[in-house]
Amino acid sequence: MTYDIQAVGESQDAAEPTDVTAAVAQKQIEGKSPWVLALRRLRRDRAAMICLGVIILIVACAVGAPIFAEITGHGNMQQFPNIGRDAAGQPVGPNGTFWLGTDTLGRDLLVRIAYGARISLFVGVVATAVTVVGGTIIGLAAGYFGGAVDSILARFMDWLLAVPFLLFAISLFSVAVVHPIFGIIGPGLPIVIIVLGFFGWASVGRLVRGQVLSIKEKEYIEAARALGAGPWRIMLVDILPNLLAPLIVYSTLLIPATIVGEATLSFLGVGVQPPTADWGQMISDASTIFLYGPWWYLLFPSIALLITTLAFNIFGDGVRDAFDPRGDLYV
Amino acid sequence: MARFLIRRVLQGVLVLILMSFTVFAIFFLGPGPQFVARALAGKSAPPAVIQQVSKQLYLDKPWYQAYWHYIDGIFHGSLGTDYYNHVPVTTTIREALPITLSLVVGASVIWLIIGLATGILSAVRTRSLMDRFFTTQALLFYSMPTFVLGLLFIWILYYTLTTHNVPIFPAPGTYTAFSSDPLSWAHDMILPWFTIALVSAATYTRLTRGSMLDVFGEDYIRTARSKGMSERRVILRHNLRSSLTPVVTQFGLDVGVLVGGAVITETVFSLPGLGYTAVRAIYSQDLPVIMGIVLVASTAVVVANMVVDIFYAVLDPRVRIH
Repeated sequence: MTYDIQAVGESQDAAEPTDVTAAVAQKQIEGKSPWVLALRRLRRDRAAMICLGVIILIVACAVGAPIFAEITGHGNMQQFPNIGRDAAGQPVGPNGTFWLGTDTLGRDLLVRIAYGARISLFVGVVATAVTVVGGTIIGLAAGYFGGAVDSILARFMDWLLAVPFLLFAISLFSVAVVHPIFGIIGPGLPIVIIVLGFFGWASVGRLVRGQVLSIKEKEYIEAARALGAGPWRIMLVDILPNLLAPLIVYSTLLIPATIVGEATLSFLGVGVQPPTADWGQMISDASTIFLYGPWWYLLFPSIALLITTLAFNIFGDGVRDAFDPRGDLYV
Repeated sequence: MARFLIRRVLQGVLVLILMSFTVFAIFFLGPGPQFVARALAGKSAPPAVIQQVSKQLYLDKPWYQAYWHYIDGIFHGSLGTDYYNHVPVTTTIREALPITLSLVVGASVIWLIIGLATGILSAVRTRSLMDRFFTTQALLFYSMPTFVLGLLFIWILYYTLTTHNVPIFPAPGTYTAFSSDPLSWAHDMILPWFTIALVSAATYTRLTRGSMLDVFGEDYIRTARSKGMSERRVILRHNLRSSLTPVVTQFGLDVGVLVGGAVITETVFSLPGLGYTAVRAIYSQDLPVIMGIVLVASTAVVVANMVVDIFYAVLDPRVRIH
């Protein structure tokens, strides 16, 4: 790790030129962990950094959604039947009062898009977390224990990966509308997170299982076992740290997929329920009327959704290239 | 091979049993005993009908008897009754199935062609302008939700062109049966097909490109080149063949995704296929229809996966061992 001498020398030049060689020599033997190297590679990736900026901006919009309401003076649920709709009762286009126009109920689209970012990001992060944690635990168990446990879990994962989950989401929703399923699962966010989490963990489980299968044959695992470590200790202390890099990469790429999943469920009407502001639902609402004029109602939520998924995907690609420059992980 | 076949088919049957029980659990056990009959009878069913439904579906008996009755019905070709429209669910499904099939078959052909072609071209000319274009468009479509693309198509290719007197694409919701006129069938389907295909092809572009670049690093490619083999032959014979393995695996997994894509696309384009029918059934609370569609679609997915696996085993003998 000597390629850093240049940088160290430069920073020393700027400061007082004392004993440069000693500082360089000291720096030279300081090893850099793979994490530091990966983060450095990521920082150099311009596209990924721009997208990180976009993501931070979207998060800021979500967190600061009330600020949009404050500035415009329009609440996110507030309807403006007179100024928010034209004489025919149709939404009005972008103007000085409503910067991005209004929706069918005369609500400010800009404010609602900002509030919609909250749902997208919340579900994107929470459902991804559920998926990754669940998939990791089950994948670890399947890969480590092997045998019958593995066969059953692997088959189950294969099945989950093949299930048309949208149809199952429709089923769950249609039942939950009549009465909460098993008395607890009602329509709305719970179904969204359950559906995305339950049908999503299998891909993580499969990835983890594959990695565990190869890691558990390594000598240091044998050494741990010889020292008397139990299976859970080996899984969590000796194997899990090796999985962190692929899991980080996979999670970053899973977030945009989950955001699309949530928007899709809401678009089909089985996700987040009105009047909560949600991008998928806005697009669904707009899809029935945009050909009669209100193109902005379709365009702006679609752009918000597309920019979000695109930013996460490009950033995720950057994270993958940074953590896995040789492309060994296949995630 | 025979052992592999038997094992794979048994696995498939096991999965189907699991699937049927999951569907049963959601619809028959999910709402809780006092609500099941009302849920299945539909929104506006009078008490007498609810009573009758309860009796007909063995809802007053223990759950395993109801499950058995339900499975028994399936084996006799009955998926229950659509109490809302007073027709057997099988009739509804039989009307919707050809539309979904048309969508799925056409879209998957287009998507494989686009995905493989752009992936191969990108890999062969890495870092060229073309490669950059294909990878960027793949990233764009990969991030694009299916319904957004479908609506954009309707807006730009149908609506804008038609209002500017260039009516190339038919209005959404138009469908001609293949048997009556194959040409109009394809013409009506072209936008829905490309909606699914472009979104899904993006994964294949990335997959094929990555996989081919990996294989180009292999020793046997160098050997083939040093023997003076033409580049075309190296690419098609030596590289593509082994690069296709992960693509076939992915395609096997994606059959379920394809059905999902069909649900969205049918909804966007108002095509009365299985997905659209299921979505519509939510509004009328027509649960038996949804239940039937889920069962039929999942069965199709399981069977399709099985066929892909077996096909795969025929192509690559190594698979049979595992």
